[in-house]
Amino acid sequence: MRDRVNQLLLGLVAVLVALLVALGITAIVLEVTHHSAWNTYKQMYTFGTNASNIAGAINAATTYYLSAVAVAIGFRMNLFNIGVDGQYQIAALLAAAFGGAVALPSGLHQVAIILVAMLVGSAWAGIVGLLKVTRGVSEVISSIMLNFIATAVIAYLFVPGKLGHLTSESLATTPIKSSGQVGGISLIPHSTVKVYGLIFLAVAVGVGFQFLISRTRFGFDLRATGRSASAAQASGVNVKRMVLVAMLLSGAVAGLVNMPVLLGEAHNYSLSTPSGIGFTGIAIALLGRNNPVGIAFAALLWGFLDT
Amino acid sequence: METPAAPDAAPAVVLRGITKRYPGVVANSDINISVQRGHVHAIVGENGAGKSTLMKTLYGMHKPDEGEIEIDGVPVTFSSPADAIKAGIGMVHQHFMLADNLTVLENIVLGAEPRRGLRLDKKTARAKIMQISDAYGLDLEPDVLVEELGVGDRQRVEICKVLFRGAKILILDEPTAVLVPQEVDELFGNLRDLKAEGLTVLFISHKLDEVLAVSDEITVIRRGTTVGSADPKTTSARALAELMVGSQLPVPELRESTVTDVEQLKIEGLSLHGSDGRAVLDDINLTIHRGEIVGIGGVEGNGQAELVEAILGLRPIAGGKITLAGVDITTWHTRPRREAGIGYIPEDRHRQGLLLDAPLWENRILGHQTERPNVRGPFLDIPAAKKDTRRIVEEYDVRTPGIDVTAGSLSGGNQQKLIVGREMSGSPAVLIASHPTRGVDVGAQAAIWDHLRNARAAGLAVLLISADLDELIGMSDTLHVILRGRFVAQVDPRTVTPVELGAAMTGARS
Repeated sequence: MRDRVNQLLLGLVAVLVALLVALGITAIVLEVTHHSAWNTYKQMYTFGTNASNIAGAINAATTYYLSAVAVAIGFRMNLFNIGVDGQYQIAALLAAAFGGAVALPSGLHQVAIILVAMLVGSAWAGIVGLLKVTRGVSEVISSIMLNFIATAVIAYLFVPGKLGHLTSESLATTPIKSSGQVGGISLIPHSTVKVYGLIFLAVAVGVGFQFLISRTRFGFDLRATGRSASAAQASGVNVKRMVLVAMLLSGAVAGLVNMPVLLGEAHNYSLSTPSGIGFTGIAIALLGRNNPVGIAFAALLWGFLDT
Repeated sequence: METPAAPDAAPAVVLRGITKRYPGVVANSDINISVQRGHVHAIVGENGAGKSTLMKTLYGMHKPDEGEIEIDGVPVTFSSPADAIKAGIGMVHQHFMLADNLTVLENIVLGAEPRRGLRLDKKTARAKIMQISDAYGLDLEPDVLVEELGVGDRQRVEICKVLFRGAKILILDEPTAVLVPQEVDELFGNLRDLKAEGLTVLFISHKLDEVLAVSDEITVIRRGTTVGSADPKTTSARALAELMVGSQLPVPELRESTVTDVEQLKIEGLSLHGSDGRAVLDDINLTIHRGEIVGIGGVEGNGQAELVEAILGLRPIAGGKITLAGVDITTWHTRPRREAGIGYIPEDRHRQGLLLDAPLWENRILGHQTERPNVRGPFLDIPAAKKDTRRIVEEYDVRTPGIDVTAGSLSGGNQQKLIVGREMSGSPAVLIASHPTRGVDVGAQAAIWDHLRNARAAGLAVLLISADLDELIGMSDTLHVILRGRFVAQVDPRTVTPVELGAAMTGARS
């Protein structure tokens, strides 16, 4: 127990030191280029402690968190899923189009949209898994290439007449009706920006991931495969199926990445739907050491710095 | 047991009352050793007896909790290896610490570079290395890349490295573990040259015949303390081993037969092809009864590993039938086979037997992920798994500070005991034991034999594969000889001699 506390403290200290070093180096750069480092940091502080900005940072972090967990699922079994970016974008488009096209009672509507997103993300990631187990293709290569293919597929589908509509200022999918939206919550006092309601989904994904990895047989098999595929195989794990399942899971979580924004704020897929979050997720997963709690802190830090 | 110091000179190294405690265990207690200058002094003991801890103390990698160290009669305290190096101590680690992409010369000077201004003075370095190489017969070529060298050459580079830093006392930690017999002979030649030049060598090993061949004096360590010293000219390997283990040396033997007529594992007409389509196993027929140990003798690479993997379902077979306790399991995947009670002690424990980065209790679960006490339904039962791990550690004498340390931090023998304990748990139906005592010391070897005998008496069917012919003959009820993927002979383990078995294995006798 004491060892574990020490280990945790050591991990925290490492992150803090990294942060301090980063602050120090930027301070030097600022001073060298004749800017006041003190003033800059003071402004960052005032900005960062503003209620609305905190809410904004939390919102950004929610998205980052989901992306990083998707990456971490792969990392835990030595799979480098670089394709989270393509997976979430194609899932975002199709889920948005689906949500805008159907009319379902509230409750069911949101769940249906989220399920579609997870299925699409899963399917896209599943291609990577299938290629790996049947043809031995490295997941790094196939997932990067599928990112480009995803972009091309989106460009093909997201045009006026297919899934897109020209609005006054942009190209967008049919907006999701209010029955399919998830309202924000006023988590931060005095903030004009509400926090995404789906932050709870992100928390649930984190808790579920932790539980799955550390408390279940499946999670044990997954970790064992990541640590030594040959030992896992001798212990009875079907390593190929494990690769496929891990990719499907990773893809399903990747599909969730844009859901807080889609259901809570934008209500449609448009040209302003954010891209590149899949890559941010890789950095955050590494910073958080693939641990759900660590990733949460890393995502908050990233969200804060980004806002 | 302190050996009396020679009257004319102070001993090169004196360790007096050295005690080192780790949380939960005493690794060394009250160690007393005196090493004469110009001697090869062997320190022998079982895996985990505390040899490496002691050498780390001498090399300044940690401080002893009690006791004194004297070098050439002068008391010293080391707070880091740098201090030890300054005092003329050099250590050649069991696992080499060389940079593959640098040349021999660069590796040797690394960290102790002779400089001219800011540049590496290669000329001086080369001259010094060649001088060392010639003086001790190390036969080094300074400009070859280390990645092109074999294991024996690398070891000589390591030795040269410590000599380059001015070492007068060399610690060699299990230097022969990675060498083939011919390389061992070369190493011993080098050691004699070092000795002739007045250097002192501390030789750590548990291979007794080697120790007897090369050393001038032997100190035996058991359970962390010095239990005696011996003169290699007058002692025998057997006497040494008994001193190491602390009791009569066990021999592999089976007493009364416990073989029943219940067929537990039956293999009929098994054949298997390699990736090139060639037959690796050809028409193998094998029956193991309850209470029977069936041994397979053969030169390594004649299909033993493939046979094991076929039984476990790790490798697709080309034909044949495998029946476990009357049930045809030929098409089953590995997991159901293991659930049906096939225990597995793998030949390569690092590759197939353990998760080296995972704690012991997670390794207890490995291979038994679907069985109690490790799981309840789809969930891990962590408290129960930990409790059972403690039981295994206790019953199988796994020497470890706790069950939360990683498997990789245990010595090889203790890793093996953990695996044996795990595979014996939960009453297996068949045990595949592939080289079960490879790389473990005599004490652990005897314990593993005991466990096999007890399990056999309780009705376990065992497939034993071993390169140790005494073990194979002594522990088998039935003994097959495999050659190029076929069973070529069945010999009677009660009458066959190792020489006859060896001849059959190479196909000398038809």
